[in-house]
Amino acid sequence: MKQLRYLFICTVAIAIAAAGCGGGQEKAGEEKAPASETPAADNNAAASNAVDPKGIGKFKDVQLTHPLDEAMAKKGLEIAEVKCTSCHKTTEEKLVGPGWKGVTDRRTPEWIMNFVTNVDEMLDKDPEAQAMLEICMVRMPNQNLSDDDARAVLEYMRKLDGKN
Amino acid sequence: MKLSPLLLAAAAALTVQSCKMKSTESAVGGDAAARTYVAPGKYDELYNFVSGGFSGQVAVYGLPSGRLLKVLPVFSVNPENGYGYSEETKPMLNTSHGFVPWDDQHHLALSQTNGEHDGRWLFANANNSPRVARIDLKAFKTMEIIELPNSGGNHSSPFLTENTEYVIAGTRFSVPVGNAESPLDNASYKKNFKSTASFIGIDKNSGHMNVAFQIILPGMDLDLSRAGKGPSHGWFFFSTYNTEQASTLLEVNASQKDKDFIVAVNWKKAEEYVKAGKAKKMATEYYHNTFNEENHTATSEIIKEVLTLDPEELKDLVYLIPCPKSPHGCDVDPSGEYIVGSGKLAALIPVFAFQKFVKAIEDKAFEGEYNGIPVIKYEAALHGEVQKPGLGPLHTEFDGKGNAYTSFFVSSEIVKWSIKDLKVLDRVPTYYSIGHLMVPGGDTKKPYGKYVVAYNKITKDRYLPTGPELAQSAQLYSIEGDKMQLLLDFPTIGEPHYAQAIPAEKIKDQSVKFFDIAKNKHPYVAAGEKATKVERKGNQVHVYMTAIRSHLTPDNIEGVQVGDEVYFHITNLEQDWDIPHGFAIKHAATAELLVMPGETSTLKFIPTQPGVYPFYCTDFCSALHQEMQGYMRVSPKGSNVPLKWHTGGTDSTAAVAAK
Ligand SMILES: [Cu+2]
Repeated sequence: MKQLRYLFICTVAIAIAAAGCGGGQEKAGEEKAPASETPAADNNAAASNAVDPKGIGKFKDVQLTHPLDEAMAKKGLEIAEVKCTSCHKTTEEKLVGPGWKGVTDRRTPEWIMNFVTNVDEMLDKDPEAQAMLEICMVRMPNQNLSDDDARAVLEYMRKLDGKN
Repeated sequence: MKLSPLLLAAAAALTVQSCKMKSTESAVGGDAAARTYVAPGKYDELYNFVSGGFSGQVAVYGLPSGRLLKVLPVFSVNPENGYGYSEETKPMLNTSHGFVPWDDQHHLALSQTNGEHDGRWLFANANNSPRVARIDLKAFKTMEIIELPNSGGNHSSPFLTENTEYVIAGTRFSVPVGNAESPLDNASYKKNFKSTASFIGIDKNSGHMNVAFQIILPGMDLDLSRAGKGPSHGWFFFSTYNTEQASTLLEVNASQKDKDFIVAVNWKKAEEYVKAGKAKKMATEYYHNTFNEENHTATSEIIKEVLTLDPEELKDLVYLIPCPKSPHGCDVDPSGEYIVGSGKLAALIPVFAFQKFVKAIEDKAFEGEYNGIPVIKYEAALHGEVQKPGLGPLHTEFDGKGNAYTSFFVSSEIVKWSIKDLKVLDRVPTYYSIGHLMVPGGDTKKPYGKYVVAYNKITKDRYLPTGPELAQSAQLYSIEGDKMQLLLDFPTIGEPHYAQAIPAEKIKDQSVKFFDIAKNKHPYVAAGEKATKVERKGNQVHVYMTAIRSHLTPDNIEGVQVGDEVYFHITNLEQDWDIPHGFAIKHAATAELLVMPGETSTLKFIPTQPGVYPFYCTDFCSALHQEMQGYMRVSPKGSNVPLKWHTGGTDSTAAVAAK
């Protein structure tokens, strides 16, 4: 029962496309305002809605190290195997969620860490996250990763993508 | 679900009638709807923990809305979440007489520090097979159940001291000590039957319970109890009926005497006697069941000894105060100075003064002995009597402003009176046959006041007819003004026997939202899908399964045979609030599981026929919840189908064949 809210949100998301998907949340009124009647085709509306490539959350500037931190990547792997890989493959293949291969090329480090630690707000407000929800149809569980955990998982993702 | 605000508003439009009128139109004030309306998304002001009576469970309601927030399984199996069905929770209901899946849950006590509710634990009694439970108020889970030896019907329980030093449990039905067999007649009763007051010590930090000692009292029925507080800290007061010591037709034979007793126990003195080695060790056998927070699993321990104290030998341990007639409640006011007796069959309410009681002991103002225990002169301990208060006084609580509120079962009303001058100040009708009542914090040193709640036995004409049985009810009244005002009534589960309430602030922020999977020490945990597997050990098959939105792993299992004991150990990999997953398999002879985020829980299933058995998640979890399912293939006994399993991908086959 409790999760029917999510179903509703997803249904709305499909119907009105990405930008206005926050319906049902407490700020529904506010969020609907910037979305136009035909949001998908309206470039101006999208521009005024200024998509932040860093996503929404506390991570504004994530410092990456070169070479990558092997110890951190190992810790990231361990965390991922408990909390992430039941839904994400490390290849390109989608399972419940998208495959991880190439994710560090598709997204900024900040976006990844914000998404992992601030899942609900990202799914409610971030257009990229909402677009993924339309494909996957399952809200990513908030797995309550600490900031350090999230950083470690990011390092593991970088390793998977062959970063150095 | 309950009286809608609309209906209340309609009622509010009608003129307020005089209090004695028992019509549905009467007594609802103009702003009642507004005062109980909690808007969607807003929280209630108080948690109200209400005994579930013959349901064996505890219900949690929000006040003032009356909304049901949760049912806590305690003494009865609960198919809704598998309590008492899962392998981990089955031991909670173990007793010296085997697995007892039901009980009658009557009273509740919130833990206290310095005489105030502290929000740590809630204690609950089982009236039928004598037991006391401790519920943790962080996880809202039953953590511990202890059985009581030498007890028949654990009614005057669980009441506790002002720093939660002890939870007490007094016997309702006297029984021969040691549960010996005995003829059933009055002579045998007088000779062999005893009642016991058990003092369960509570560990300050962990809350763990142990029966510290038992006081063996003469055969009579201990009814309710309250600890002293402030000046009377160190004492416990029990009401008792059937001091006639009848064993049959009690409604006549236990109503012979004009007065029964308040039993006053000096538990500080009892502690001293125990320390001084005056307690006798008695061989016995009772169970102590504890739920371990780290591995989410309960274990049972059998205890074989109990310490007993005999007040016939230790003369200054127990005193009796005469109390008219068949008293139910014996309630201590917030100052700790006054003890209110409520004689069910008396036409007045006697109020005793603790100071006068102590002086009466010093002066040896005794009228004699009862089974070797000194009986104090009624007048010597009496503060005064409330005259003509109503019919059938049961239970009194206090608002901390010098006022007492007593429930009247026979005349179906709450009467407010002044402790100081014993004058009746106000009365309101209840619908109907009120038992206990509760003022939030009304049993503490600092009542929260504001409301009194009536817990009623009968609700004829209050709700839509639902066949011969109607839900019982609670009713909320405001006590903020001089006059009590009915605000709301709402149906309850089982019988709402007694209750406790505490401001939400003391509990809500400490509430556990999920269990940390990294700290899960269950022996069959699968921390991540990589750890899932199926193992055969003889005729046992252990499935290490994980659940996450929206699949189970493994979701295809083969190689199980008819007659195998299949243990599904389900680990919920979610780490978010309010995302349990359920697990049910076709034709399982138990119940489902409801596995909390980060928890591991086990369902045992013994297939009796070959076939394919679907299993699935029962708790709607995501848009793809319906897809959260799988199959177990069961082959005939002795079949050579190998044990294998998978979810998507390729099969994992057991490396080692069955031994
Ligand atoms: Cu599910």
